[in-house]
Amino acid sequence: MSATTARSWFSTAAGPNGPSGRRTGRDAPQKWGSPFTYFVALLFIGVCIAPVIYIVLGGFRTNSQITTSPAGLPHPWITANYVNVLKSTRFWGEFANSVLVALASTVGIVVLGLMVSFVIARYDFKLKGAMYSLFAAGLMFPMVIAITPLYIVIKDLGLVDNLLGVIVPQIAFGLPTTVIILVPFLRAIPNEIEEAAAIDGTSRLGFFVRMVIPLSLPGVVTVGILAFIGSWNNYVLPLYILNSQANFTLPLGVQAFSSQYSTDTAKVLAFTSLAMLPALVFFSIFEKRIVGGLTGAVKG
Amino acid sequence: MRLEIALLSGPAILMFLAFVIFPVALAAYYGFYRWHGYGAPTDWVGLNNYKLILTDPAFQQVLKHSFMIMGLSLIIQGPLAIILALLLNQKIRGRSVIRVLIFVPYIISEVIVGTGWSLMLQGDGAMNDLLRKIGLGSLQADWLSDPKLAIWTLMAIISWKYIGFAVILMLAGLQSIPEELFEAAQIDGASYWQIQRRITLPLLGPTIRIWAFLSIIGSLQLFDLVYIIWGQYVSGTAGTSTMAIYMLAQGRNAGNYGYGSAIAVVMFLVSLIVALIYQRFVLRRDLRGAVTEGTV
Repeated sequence: MSATTARSWFSTAAGPNGPSGRRTGRDAPQKWGSPFTYFVALLFIGVCIAPVIYIVLGGFRTNSQITTSPAGLPHPWITANYVNVLKSTRFWGEFANSVLVALASTVGIVVLGLMVSFVIARYDFKLKGAMYSLFAAGLMFPMVIAITPLYIVIKDLGLVDNLLGVIVPQIAFGLPTTVIILVPFLRAIPNEIEEAAAIDGTSRLGFFVRMVIPLSLPGVVTVGILAFIGSWNNYVLPLYILNSQANFTLPLGVQAFSSQYSTDTAKVLAFTSLAMLPALVFFSIFEKRIVGGLTGAVKG
Repeated sequence: MRLEIALLSGPAILMFLAFVIFPVALAAYYGFYRWHGYGAPTDWVGLNNYKLILTDPAFQQVLKHSFMIMGLSLIIQGPLAIILALLLNQKIRGRSVIRVLIFVPYIISEVIVGTGWSLMLQGDGAMNDLLRKIGLGSLQADWLSDPKLAIWTLMAIISWKYIGFAVILMLAGLQSIPEELFEAAQIDGASYWQIQRRITLPLLGPTIRIWAFLSIIGSLQLFDLVYIIWGQYVSGTAGTSTMAIYMLAQGRNAGNYGYGSAIAVVMFLVSLIVALIYQRFVLRRDLRGAVTEGTV
């Protein structure tokens, strides 16, 4: 496919429109790209969100509509599926569990991560490099590798089927990314600020509380959002740790619901789309930060 | 100052050691035992579990799948993401909306992606219905359970879910290239293609290499999507099971915790070796040993 696309590009998008942010006055802000670009962009977006739309619309249909025409549109539109899910204590219980786990994990990751990143970024001591390497190496250990022994550790602590049994390991596994993102951030705070604070009689800890936390807020927000979404979507750990439905988080809930009501597709789709909604809303609010944070981390 | 360091770094380090490093070490330890998960492991079998893995045809199968997923992810997503990023990097209307929308699959959880896709791809699901409706009825297939097809279905779903991430990274990489370079090249009479080949691609190199690294590690450790769509038994017959799936099947489900742990260790070693090779030969220029040497 590349050959044909390439040629049509060449003719339509002659010249590197690339990252040229500023352009000479006349044609700057109102410039529309070539129709071809829009066509490809629309096609790509369509592919990206069609399954999401299928899930959302499916919730507005009845099972017989879905059976007779699986790829059709709702006709007529039914709200009963959504209403039923929204009225069920099951959905809201799992929702509350997810919120609780995600908030607690996020706070833990941000607080502990910020503290240790501050040490790595701004103190001079022998083990500093080793400390950084330790966390960097942690990127190589995804949860799935350690899941069996992790389960045993949690069991020995008596935290099986307890939300804490999910929160605590999530904090530990969230630390590497946090450290990797925050350390460069904290190093970038000019020394002059620290010196000025020292001259004014502020201790280094005081500097941390009064200056570092406010100054690193953008980085902290990025890390926090990543932690929140990571927790919201986590599947493996709750799968091992949580047994009773009352403790399920939404990912487990969706899976349990879809196997329990495997014949009631419309209901499953309604439940699924309501479960995905919070992450989507959260993401659209913080989109700039998430994207900026990810790319900042990669550029290092 | 020592106290400050200890106070500030202590909690994170303890937490990390207790819930990341310790379990990983424990997995390595269990790997030397025949153990069914009750009481402390006592039946020391040395390297037998590892010898078994080397000759286990089922493991060779899942290893092959994992490497296939790794290679195909790079081949499919890489070029596609670069092309899309180049295209979307032009000044067009609604760029920020586009960026949000292509990132949506990446944000949605694996469980929801898995549930949605498996409903759509069932024999009497929306995909086949859609193909019928647009006159491509001959293309209808058993997307999930045909062993010849299932791994490609998986690749399609993986690409769908993760390509937005790749595109966003590439876009950021493109934006960090100074535009003066393009202007200079244009003045010198370089064609669009020359500019892409001689300037954009080389300067996008670091981004591409980091993305590939993340993609490789993610592919080798793939679990959620396969487990949710196929489950451990069906993924075996459909030919989509990965190392992580096999590990879980042996450990948690068959009760061979020793063997399962050994598989986890092998999985880690495979990722580590691939990562080190990659770092040594590909990433070296970008990281300058940031990970291996531990210099901050």
